[in-house]
Amino acid sequence: MAKQPMSRKTKNTLEIALMYAIIGVMFVIIIYPLLWAFGMSLNPSSNLYGASIIPENWSFVHYEWLFTNPRSNYLTWYKNTLMVSISVAIVGTLLVSFTAYAFSRYRFRGRTYGLYAFLLLQMFPVLMAMVALYILLNTIGLLDSLLGLIIIYIGGNIPMNAFLVKGYFDTLPKELDESAKMDGAGHFRIFFQILLPLAKPILAVVALFNFMNPFMDFILPRIVLRSPENFTLALGLFNFVNDQFSNNFTRFAAGAILIALPIATVYLFLQKYLISGLSAGATKG
Amino acid sequence: MATNNNKKTKADQKNKHNPTLAMLLSIIPGLGQAYNKRYLKGAAIFILFAAFMITMFDYMSSGLNGLITLGEVERIDDSRVFLSEGILSLIFLTFFLSFYGLNIVDAKKDAIKIQNGWRVSGVVEGFRNAWDTGFPYLLVGPGALLLIFVVLFPLLFMGFLAFTNYSLYNAPPRALLEWVGFKNFIDLFTITELRTTFVNVLSWTLIWTFLATSLSIALAMFLSILTNDSRLKGKKLIRTVFILPWAVPGFVTIIIFTALFNDNFGAINADIIEPLFNTSIPWLTDSTWTKVALIMIQVWLGFPFIYALFTGVLQGISSDWYEAADMDGASRWQKFQHITFPHLMFATGPLLITQFTFNFNNFNIIYLFNNGGPPVRGQSAGGTDILISWIYNLTFTNSQYSLAAAISIILGLFVATFAFFQFRRSSSFKEEGNF
Repeated sequence: MAKQPMSRKTKNTLEIALMYAIIGVMFVIIIYPLLWAFGMSLNPSSNLYGASIIPENWSFVHYEWLFTNPRSNYLTWYKNTLMVSISVAIVGTLLVSFTAYAFSRYRFRGRTYGLYAFLLLQMFPVLMAMVALYILLNTIGLLDSLLGLIIIYIGGNIPMNAFLVKGYFDTLPKELDESAKMDGAGHFRIFFQILLPLAKPILAVVALFNFMNPFMDFILPRIVLRSPENFTLALGLFNFVNDQFSNNFTRFAAGAILIALPIATVYLFLQKYLISGLSAGATKG
Repeated sequence: MATNNNKKTKADQKNKHNPTLAMLLSIIPGLGQAYNKRYLKGAAIFILFAAFMITMFDYMSSGLNGLITLGEVERIDDSRVFLSEGILSLIFLTFFLSFYGLNIVDAKKDAIKIQNGWRVSGVVEGFRNAWDTGFPYLLVGPGALLLIFVVLFPLLFMGFLAFTNYSLYNAPPRALLEWVGFKNFIDLFTITELRTTFVNVLSWTLIWTFLATSLSIALAMFLSILTNDSRLKGKKLIRTVFILPWAVPGFVTIIIFTALFNDNFGAINADIIEPLFNTSIPWLTDSTWTKVALIMIQVWLGFPFIYALFTGVLQGISSDWYEAADMDGASRWQKFQHITFPHLMFATGPLLITQFTFNFNNFNIIYLFNNGGPPVRGQSAGGTDILISWIYNLTFTNSQYSLAAAISIILGLFVATFAFFQFRRSSSFKEEGNF
């Protein structure tokens, strides 16, 4: 009788210890690569041979190089990326909210077909048409221009985001706009003064996604952009390691940490909204 | 008497106005509307159609003709321009025909309304009606237009390209393209080299999709149940760390892993494998090991998002369920099997399907980790290339544009199958049925 609670207690402690052990292993697996990259970025040599995670004579030379060296395009890339991100976030979100509003609140001819078309197009990644995009941009002379990139980003994001926002508009009560209509408000007023303010949370999520994407995507810029002064950050950093791998890895690490840090911070702080946004998009669409 | 008379004239009017005639008249756009006594509307429609015909007729007829010939004079005609103008003309033609159809239907509808005693409203009211019905189109317009040019147009272009002979040796503007029918598809299945490559790539794509996704889901499920245990302390920290791989941009972590897995100086070989097993693993030069590494990395990258979803669901499961199960003396496994697992699957099912589609087209990791390699002798795809990265190689390395387009179409068929399942379970479409 006296023994049983004891053994249950030990079993309990053992279980808890085991859980912490598993979590500890996961911590190491998750944090080690990130910490290693940070260590590399402080490593003054550009050689990875025998490099340890804690460099013996650490320094910020790579960070300095990125910002001060005349051969470094880092700031130009930063500017390019910001330009693309801001235009995509503003224009893309506005276009998407127009489209979503129409699909949510109006019953017009061709609406169902439109919804089906959006749903279908959402499934196809823009990347799938890369053969065509490359040839097309080449023929119309929009290759190697940020404008071409911005247009593709905005257009490619419409179907999925439109569903996200439409789903949100659908949850707002229709009585709101009907009573506003009674009071003599026009279409634009109902949209801008009543529905848009209410949809702020989802619009913020969409704008944030639109904004972050150019910071993280390197493949579309790689297809569209050619000259280094037009690169976005992701593409520029990718080329650090793509050209001569071992030579510039430490420099890549420094540049990568400078974008990973703010992005990771934003993601961690807003994870609840971002995840709910992502899941709403998938279940609605 | 007076009322009687009135009725009579109304009935006369009703019989006189003929919807079929209105339809027939609107073969010339606007005339049917004029017959309905909506003169302004009719004039507007007529002017719009006339303007469209005058400005676009030459472009469209030469465009459609070019789509058939793909250019006639070598070195002067650029087949790619012909192809894109042809596709644009097709899109314009579709627009034109649907508006033409709408014009006829509109005339008929108005005529029926008039036949039933509806009176044509004044100009002001007509304008307001037009504004009301036109407003949603105005909203959808810009987005739809962009979508047509950025997404639909390239997809169509690719579709047409698959039926031409565009390759490194036959590339415009130097040479003219020709329609070759299904030759590219037939080649894919009859030329031995291509067929083995295709089969290899496709089977690895499917294995990759299945393993990478289901292992991520399994790990996420395990960890989310583990960290939901009430005896655990510091949950907030644990959850933050577990979500970290999702928060860091993927391309950065994949490149970091490429360095870590490097055969010669990577930390995995140097610090873990060699001290423990006294050998080193050829992570980047042996395709089987590359595949193992790829799946491990994708699980690292992919589990956090699912973990976050699962944690959210687990926190929402009422404890009543488990208490009732405890009363019945259910084992831990039984509780998982009958309570936890169904809850998780029900709440996140559609999301998990999108994870499969995502990995099916997960270009970044394949390309960044080892560029689809190691290379395989005698085939254009590396040992770990999936369909989408193979298409990329065919386009940008081998310039086999038509073949790449043909494979893209096959890829599209797979995507469409996924899409079909999404359609069927999509909740918002079940609601749409009512309208």
